[in-house]
Amino acid sequence: MTEQPDTFPRLLLHQARLRPARPAFREKDLGIWKTWSWAQVADEVRILACGLAAQGFQRGDRLAVIGDNRPRLYWAMMAAQALGGVPVPLYQDAVAAEMAFVLQDADIGFAVVEDQEQVDKLLEVLPQCPRLKRICFDDPRGLRHYGQAELTAFEDLQAAGRGFAQHNPDFFADELGKGRPSDVAVILYTSGTTGQPKGVSQTHAAMIQTARVLVAFDGFVEADEILCYLPMAWVGDFLYSYAQMHIAGFCLNCPESPDTVMTDLREIGPTYYFGPPRVYESILTQVMIRIEDAGWLKRRLFHAFMAVAKRVGIGILEGKPGIPLRDRLLYRLGEILVYGPLKNVLGMSRIRVAYTGGEAIGPDLFDFYRSIGINLKQLYGMTETCVTVCMHASGDVKLETVGPPMPGVEVRIADTGEVLVRSPGLMKEYHKRPDATREAIDAQGFFHTGDAGYFDSGGHLKIIDRAKDVGKLADGTLFAPKYLENKLKFFPYVKEAVCFGQGRDKVCAFINIDTAAIGNWAERRNLPYTGYADLASQPAVLDLIRECVEKANGDLAQDSTLANSQIRRFLVLHKELEADDGELTRTRKVRRRHIADKYAVLIDALYSDKTSCYVETQMRFEDGRSGTVSADLQIVEAKTFGAAAARKAA
Amino acid sequence: MTAGRKIGRPILEIDGVSLAFGGVVALQGVSFDVREHEIRAIIGPNGAGKSSMLNVINGVYHPQQGTVAFKGRRRRNVDPHEAAQQGIARTFQNIALFRGMTVLDNIMTGRNLKMKSNFLQQAVYWGAAKREELEHRAKVEAVIDFLEIQHIRKTPVGRLPYGLQKRVELARALAAEPELLLLDEPMAGMNLEEKQDMSRFVLDVNDQMGTSIVLIEHDMSVVMDLSDRVVVLDYGRKIADGTPDEVRNNRGVIDAYLGVAH
Repeated sequence: MTEQPDTFPRLLLHQARLRPARPAFREKDLGIWKTWSWAQVADEVRILACGLAAQGFQRGDRLAVIGDNRPRLYWAMMAAQALGGVPVPLYQDAVAAEMAFVLQDADIGFAVVEDQEQVDKLLEVLPQCPRLKRICFDDPRGLRHYGQAELTAFEDLQAAGRGFAQHNPDFFADELGKGRPSDVAVILYTSGTTGQPKGVSQTHAAMIQTARVLVAFDGFVEADEILCYLPMAWVGDFLYSYAQMHIAGFCLNCPESPDTVMTDLREIGPTYYFGPPRVYESILTQVMIRIEDAGWLKRRLFHAFMAVAKRVGIGILEGKPGIPLRDRLLYRLGEILVYGPLKNVLGMSRIRVAYTGGEAIGPDLFDFYRSIGINLKQLYGMTETCVTVCMHASGDVKLETVGPPMPGVEVRIADTGEVLVRSPGLMKEYHKRPDATREAIDAQGFFHTGDAGYFDSGGHLKIIDRAKDVGKLADGTLFAPKYLENKLKFFPYVKEAVCFGQGRDKVCAFINIDTAAIGNWAERRNLPYTGYADLASQPAVLDLIRECVEKANGDLAQDSTLANSQIRRFLVLHKELEADDGELTRTRKVRRRHIADKYAVLIDALYSDKTSCYVETQMRFEDGRSGTVSADLQIVEAKTFGAAAARKAA
Repeated sequence: MTAGRKIGRPILEIDGVSLAFGGVVALQGVSFDVREHEIRAIIGPNGAGKSSMLNVINGVYHPQQGTVAFKGRRRRNVDPHEAAQQGIARTFQNIALFRGMTVLDNIMTGRNLKMKSNFLQQAVYWGAAKREELEHRAKVEAVIDFLEIQHIRKTPVGRLPYGLQKRVELARALAAEPELLLLDEPMAGMNLEEKQDMSRFVLDVNDQMGTSIVLIEHDMSVVMDLSDRVVVLDYGRKIADGTPDEVRNNRGVIDAYLGVAH
């Protein structure tokens, strides 16, 4: 065997030679799945690269890619890389002003975007981004009368590419030959819980090496299928979809629209699946709602067999010995009657490997999937390290940990408890931010993750929280807010929670209810309501949430180090936390400090002995206008448990 | 938005139409026209005769006096299915879909008039019937894509929220590939976001498919934004006709809406 291809464009041609007829991309369009083979994709990319070159795209230029996961957008990334350029995928739901920052920061001259929505945003910020010369759009709908000179239709770009390729037949191969593995392959902007986003420059070498490790780790082959539904701007999609397909030669399936993902999942039946915890959570919430609405027979069957799965399912998945024959038979029956059909409905029948990461997953949530036979595993990493710091190996999974370090990755715990990482997948630098790069990567080449964690006895890494967020209550006991929030968020009725307690005498919380789950609950009880704010203020709903909080408190009481951080008082917020209002990041993580500042009045009320508090908040509606909402919020006291009492109760 | 759109010759001409049910006069000598590629709104207070006017256009009611000419051909008493065959499709004020059928099947019914194979051939589903079905399905899928309802393709209509049902009804009308589309209060009962979506779809239909549209709507901001010309009815009479601006400043219209002593 000759030398392994060392850049993405060379890998593309390699796959096209190796398996020309195998599917590389699928997309559902007008109700029908369309397939492109590796050979076709290689050809499309060559044409596209020539088209970009004809428009003046130069080696080192940067190409913004904005839109939902579409084959043509992935090809645009491939084409840019083939020309020695750098693709910069942007979050498609970002507002124009957020895009302007990245467009300027990355000196973007070219953009390939999905549709009118994205074109409108780019045209809006065009005056602030003088370098942006060309905008190519995939879907021409609504763009017929746009006369701007910057705009090109995708078909026109292809036509230009065909012309260019005819006149310069060797151009593409020449450009490919100039690529080096140390070139930057992609710049990924981190959503950033604080401050402006930073561009993370990753080289071909880092991404390819990491992808090779991952493909070997779980044994991916060309027959694997993946549905890419997570934002293209996120490192996970680039690594798990884009980079790994180049190595393993499997097929990327693009959903018809963001709303059809559940149906598409079922039609494709992926073998490999990735999702942040919230995706697994929303799937489970939907399942639970539908089960509660089902007839009594189905409901009884479901609950009876889920109890069996809870008891022995995980043991069977992990091949543990000592499971009684009776339980094994019951589980098999359950597979036929409940788990199998359930997995089929969820599109998870064929899943070999499923991962979650980005945030801690609720233990019950994690166990639910594993108990019905889905090999769900956790991993740990960030954009700066090509994810891939720690991962669970199949058969060695613990819900509290993120697994042992991956081959080739060195992990060290600093004295402060912070996790430090050195690996081949480490970023080259933060784009144009030598100061931030120096701050993040120390002299020995270790990246400072900002997460607090420790190794357990089995060599697995356990992440507790962000290093800067782990704090102490006034009496010195440990306060890990994210851990508490995750505990609350496992309840299907709780959508989001924010806990406070740093330097205080007790822990208090803000809660967002899940409108879908509670709305359904209210309907079954014939409680009329108009919307989120109305639901959130109903006494019956507050009681329901109080029960959830008290259950969580009961759990916390079992653990002597955490017993003190039981939640004493809470309130249900009058509006949902929104990324548009700056309360969540684009990946929907809570921005605790921002929330604490914005709702200081409410926090003061929680820590006083008031029983209600009036609040007025600015919010932005989906159509871009803003307004104020106000409400008189009830503060609810929750029961707490003594460590001993809880043990007795349990 | 409408820069490239060419408004052409009149496609529908209403001339002196009067309609009475026994002693109740619904329309009294109403005349106006609708031009090719135009969005034409009919407004007026409750009971002004707006829906009756639509029913005259698509042949549900037959006027006692006056004529209706579609594409230059005068016609008096056509039936609704003849009107549909000529290229007039409509949606209803109170949604009229098959609630137990899926969205896809509902929209397929919009192709009914274009199907040539008989039910025996369709039952066998072979040869021409199969080819025809595939063709119709492709047309329907284009409409589904156009109105962005892929995610509910297989959902029974009865399970959908109101705003989406309205969109499905529009989809069924579009599946008939009409030249003239009659929309009876397409945005009634919708929230702001749903109204914005629907407005965009109406404009897109008009712009990309070149369909002429007659629209009844109560939300004045929608009417003023969408329509090229507005005709105002009150007690069955036409009291104004013109561009949104002209109509907005018309004394008679202001009186009809704010009310004066009769």
